[in-house]
Amino acid sequence: MKWFWYASPETFFPLAGTIARICAVAAAVFAVAGLYVGFFVAPTDAQQGEVYRIIFIHVPAAWMSMFLYVLMAAWAALGLALNTRLSAMMARALAPTGALFTFIALWTGSLWGRPTWGTFWVWDARLTSELILLFLYFGFMALQASIEDRRRSDRAGAVLAIVGAVNVPIIYYSVQWWNTLHQGASVSFSRAPSMAATMFTGMILMALAFWMYSIAVSLTRVRCMMREEK
Amino acid sequence: MVEIARALVCRDLRLALRRRADVATALLFFVIVASLFPLGVGAEPNLLRSIAPGVIWVAALLASILSLARLFADDFADGTLEQMLLGAAPLGVVVAAKAAAHWLVCGLPLVLLAPLLALQYDLPGPLAGMLALSLALGTPVLSLIGAIGAALTLGLRGGGVLLSLLVLPLYVPVLVLGAGSVEMASAGLGGQGQLLLLAALLVVAAAAAPWAIAAALRISSE
Repeated sequence: MKWFWYASPETFFPLAGTIARICAVAAAVFAVAGLYVGFFVAPTDAQQGEVYRIIFIHVPAAWMSMFLYVLMAAWAALGLALNTRLSAMMARALAPTGALFTFIALWTGSLWGRPTWGTFWVWDARLTSELILLFLYFGFMALQASIEDRRRSDRAGAVLAIVGAVNVPIIYYSVQWWNTLHQGASVSFSRAPSMAATMFTGMILMALAFWMYSIAVSLTRVRCMMREEK
Repeated sequence: MVEIARALVCRDLRLALRRRADVATALLFFVIVASLFPLGVGAEPNLLRSIAPGVIWVAALLASILSLARLFADDFADGTLEQMLLGAAPLGVVVAAKAAAHWLVCGLPLVLLAPLLALQYDLPGPLAGMLALSLALGTPVLSLIGAIGAALTLGLRGGGVLLSLLVLPLYVPVLVLGAGSVEMASAGLGGQGQLLLLAALLVVAAAAAPWAIAAALRISSE
C-alpha cells in the first residue's frame, strides 16, 4: 500500500507545494468564470432584482463552512486514531479557512437580508446554527493556541472537533425546531435545482473556486507548519 | 464497578461538604444573575413571565460553567487524578462518577432553587414545576458535556475563560429544549415533547460523554 507514503512530512512537503500551486491557479480561473457568469450571464431574479446576485458568494461559502468542519473533524479523528502528524496538521490548517468561510457566509447573508428581509440579522435557525458553527471554530482554534505542547494540543483539539461534529446535527435540528424563517434549500441532490441553469452554473463555479482556494491555502499553511517545526 | 462509582461519589460529596463555600459560591452566582435581570429589563410582570424560563436557564448554564473549572483541578494538583488514571478501575466509570457527583453538588441545588426564582418572575405554579423538571433533566447533560471541556483545559493558563468558550456553544441544544419546554407549556401546547428530547439527550450524553472525558483526561495528563 502506498497510502502512507505521503503521510511523512518529508515526502508530502514537495507534493503539497505542487498541489497548492495548481489549486491556486484553478481557484483564480474558476472565480473569474464564476463571477462572470454570476454578474453578466445569469438573468435578473423576478422577485429580488439584482440583489440576489450575492448568492454566488453566500451559498458556496455556507457550503464550505459546514463541509470544512466535517473535513477538519475527520482529519483530527484520523490523527487521533493513527497517530499521524500530518493529519493533525491538516486539521489545524483547515480551521482558519473554515472560520473565514463561516464569517463570509454570515456577512454576505446579513447584507442580503437587509434589502430582502428588511433586517441585518434575525434569530433564524440557519443563521443561528451558522453563528454557533463560527463559535465552534473559534473554540477549536483557541484551545489549540493555548496549549504549548504540540502533541497535547493536536490531540486535545481532535477530541473537541469530534465532540463538536457529533453535536453539530443536534444543534442544527434543535435550532430549527426553535425558529425558522430562512428559505429551504434551493439545491438538493434528489431533485432538479429550482433555479435558472445559468444561476446554478455560476454557483457551482464559485463553489469550485472556493474548494480550490481552500485546498491551496490549507496546504500552504501545512507547509509553513512543517517549516516551523524543522 | 458499582462499588467504585459509589465510593467515588461518596468521596466527592464528602469533599464538597468540607468545602461548603465553593458550592455556595456557584449557587449564589445563579441566584444573583437571575435577580439582576428584572433590574436590567424592568419589572413589568408580563415581560418577566415571558423571559423567566430563558433567564433562569441561562443563569443555570453559567453557574454550571463556573463550578466545572474545578471539577478535575484539585485532583490534578494533589496527584489523585494520576492514581485514578493508573488504577485498575475503568476510567469511564471513574469520570462518570465524578460527573454524577458534580451534578449532585452543583446541579441538584439549582433544580431545587429554580421554583423559588420562578416566584420572583411571577411564573404560575405548574410552569415552575415544569421548569424544575426541565432543569432536572438538563443539568446532568451540562455536567457531562462540561466535564469534557474541563478535562481538555486541565492545567492551562486562563482555563476558566477557555472552558466557557469551548463548552457554551455545545450547551445550545440543552438550552433550546429546556427553556422551550417551559415556553411551550406556557403557550398551552404542553412541553412534553421537549422534555422527552431532553431525556433522550441525557441518555446519549450519559452513554457517550464518559469516553470523551476519559480520552481528554488521558491527553491532558500524559
